[in-house]
Amino acid sequence: MIAELGHLAVIIAFMVAIVQSVVPMIGASKGYIGWMDAARPSAIIQFLLIFFAFIMLTISFVTSDFSVKLVASNSHSLKPLLYKISGVWGNHEGSMLLWILILAFYGALVAVFGKRLPIILKARVLSVQAMIGVAFIAFLLFTSNPFERLIFPPFDGKDLNPLLQDPGLAFHPPFLYFGYVGLSMTFSFAIAALIQGSVDAAWARWVRPWALLAWITLTIGIALGSWWAYYELGWGGWWFWDPVENASFMPWLIAVALLHSAIVVEKRETLKSWTVLLAILGFSFSLIGTFIVRSGVITSVHAFANDPERGVFILLILIIAIGGALTLYAFRANSLRSSAVFSPISRESGLILNNLLLVVSTIVVFIGTIWPLVAELILGRKLSVGAPFFEIAFTPFMVVLAIFLPLGAILPWKRAQILRAGSPLIGALSLSVAIGLLIWSLQTGGRILAPIGLALSAWVILGSLTDLLMRCRMIDIGFSAGLRRLINLTRADWGKTFAHIGLGLTIFGISAITAWETEDIRVAKIGEEFEVSGYTFIFEDVSKINGKNYTSDMGTINAFKNNKLVAILKPEKRFYPVQRMPTTEAGINSSLKRDLYIALGDFQDNGWTIRTYVKPYAVWIWIGCLIMAFGGLLSMTDRRLRFASTIRLKQK
Amino acid sequence: MIRFAFLIIFICSAAWAVEPDEVLTNVEYETRARAISKNLRCLVCRNENIDSSNAGIAKDLRILVRDRIKEGDSNEEVIEFITDRYGEYVLLNPKMSFQNLLLWISGPLFLLLGGLISWRYAKHKGQDSTKELSEDEKTRLKEIMDD
Repeated sequence: MIAELGHLAVIIAFMVAIVQSVVPMIGASKGYIGWMDAARPSAIIQFLLIFFAFIMLTISFVTSDFSVKLVASNSHSLKPLLYKISGVWGNHEGSMLLWILILAFYGALVAVFGKRLPIILKARVLSVQAMIGVAFIAFLLFTSNPFERLIFPPFDGKDLNPLLQDPGLAFHPPFLYFGYVGLSMTFSFAIAALIQGSVDAAWARWVRPWALLAWITLTIGIALGSWWAYYELGWGGWWFWDPVENASFMPWLIAVALLHSAIVVEKRETLKSWTVLLAILGFSFSLIGTFIVRSGVITSVHAFANDPERGVFILLILIIAIGGALTLYAFRANSLRSSAVFSPISRESGLILNNLLLVVSTIVVFIGTIWPLVAELILGRKLSVGAPFFEIAFTPFMVVLAIFLPLGAILPWKRAQILRAGSPLIGALSLSVAIGLLIWSLQTGGRILAPIGLALSAWVILGSLTDLLMRCRMIDIGFSAGLRRLINLTRADWGKTFAHIGLGLTIFGISAITAWETEDIRVAKIGEEFEVSGYTFIFEDVSKINGKNYTSDMGTINAFKNNKLVAILKPEKRFYPVQRMPTTEAGINSSLKRDLYIALGDFQDNGWTIRTYVKPYAVWIWIGCLIMAFGGLLSMTDRRLRFASTIRLKQK
Repeated sequence: MIRFAFLIIFICSAAWAVEPDEVLTNVEYETRARAISKNLRCLVCRNENIDSSNAGIAKDLRILVRDRIKEGDSNEEVIEFITDRYGEYVLLNPKMSFQNLLLWISGPLFLLLGGLISWRYAKHKGQDSTKELSEDEKTRLKEIMDD
């Protein structure tokens, strides 16, 4: 009964979405107020229906109703409650329902909080949003029904893939989807603007919070996924350039570009058509990402459903959405002319460079990701494109981006003299170069990457701080007056500072871990003592542990520095009997200075294989991401940008 | 099919990569072996290099790489030796061949193209500084003034 109610709710939501995609759009072009008004209630009803369906599916999982096929193949009665719930989206059908739920949620947000949006714009935005909804609900109903029943329910379920039974991965998909789908909002705004034929500062102001929200959640989602890979896959890698990772990274890069170009539209009413194009591209990459993940067309570490029927369906959605949007763009982009003037050296140009580098690097990731497919289909050759390629082809763009970031951020709008505008940065520049040189001279024979990366990260961080200092004019007007100005800076300014510093910190973590990581592999007997880069480890023992749905060999290893106990590490080798699958849980001790990372291997010749790593400053990779996201949050809650108060300009 | 996919994950990533008995005592050789391994793909895995894979074939390849190094091969010779036997699929960093031209030059190419367009755009933006208001703008200005 529960599952059937859920199924029914999705079917009704499908019909509501059809109405919502047609009626307000016609209303907007004919000027029928009543038709346009239909968008609001239908967006809310659509969301409530999908939400209801989602709850019904969750109930099926929590109560372990194995007559529902999806529950039977992805859950188990002994599984901890958290993973019964996260199991709802730990599979293809459920994750698509989550996708649709979030899509409808965004629509409902616009309906509830967008009171001040012009009614025509709102009608069109919600209509486009509903069109996406129709496509994906159809996909769910016709190819991936999560509510399918089994005639002969099994006694117990087949359990969720143990790799996914992890707190980091429980919350990774919802954040990622919030980001992916959030870009549908900016997409809908872009389409509405194209139909309307005008973009102005107010439009940019309405779009920016949505772009920010999408970007923040994508940042957190990607960081969670990378953190999970770090501690779960057992060798401490944190980014693999896997197609599934690239699928989330491409929309992220475009979202960054979009955030920056929307500032130009808002402040200077220029780059309009480019910003609209970015909004279209952002969601296009989300769709491409969904296609890559859901169709399994490009083999990757993350194995999910491999079903050509579904792949073709998503491909169709993708072609219609992207093709349609770009065609509309080709016809209407000309109407989005802007007359603002700026010189080649100005904040505008700096932001154009930012956009150029981000978009080109996205193209590189995209081509690298699909190249094996292209090579096989067109050239008939089976080849691989992996991490080494992306490190060579992608990284230079980010290096150049980091080099120009502080300068671009400090240039004034319209017209600038590079020497005068850049002169406050001389301090930051010399300090960063000095740091780079110092590290270069200190390390013997290490990789050149460390000095370059650390100099870059110092440059980005110090540059942002200089920018802040300039803004409050602390040097000119004295400390206390400066402090008052500092406090009164807008949240958008603070957001910018935090986001840029976060980026600098992530660069720092990446450079440090890549350049200075040390590794030790050995077979150790119980009681053995060994040393890795200044730390002494004593292998105390290995004991058998029984978890709720797994058994485990848990090692205990004490780490000492200068004869003082600094950490007790408990690496595990787990075995999940239902799926007959072993997993590793690394023993990690984190601090701001280093991670001690130990993975336990097999028992052989009276000893256990033990891999030990000392990873300097590893946590800063993720701290940096969190600070970036926090910066986005500050910017989003800026008074001028809040969803609810997006007003003025046009409306008065 | 799903089972099979999980099986692949299971073979490959259940954590054991380079094992203690494989490690060469010659530090320079071992460092080179590790560097080479990072560019070679485990053939039965999904996007994993042989250095971090647990599959039998990855172990065989790791030992092969070390044997070749001990025989006195240079890094390039080792990679060539392996590619000759296992095909270019094994390379995580695809060759800079004619067929892969687009892959390798896409970054610089699009940068150049985009750079040219943006440069022209920015220059153009710098020039027409005093332009008449368009009809649209005039009406809008009027609207704003009337408010």
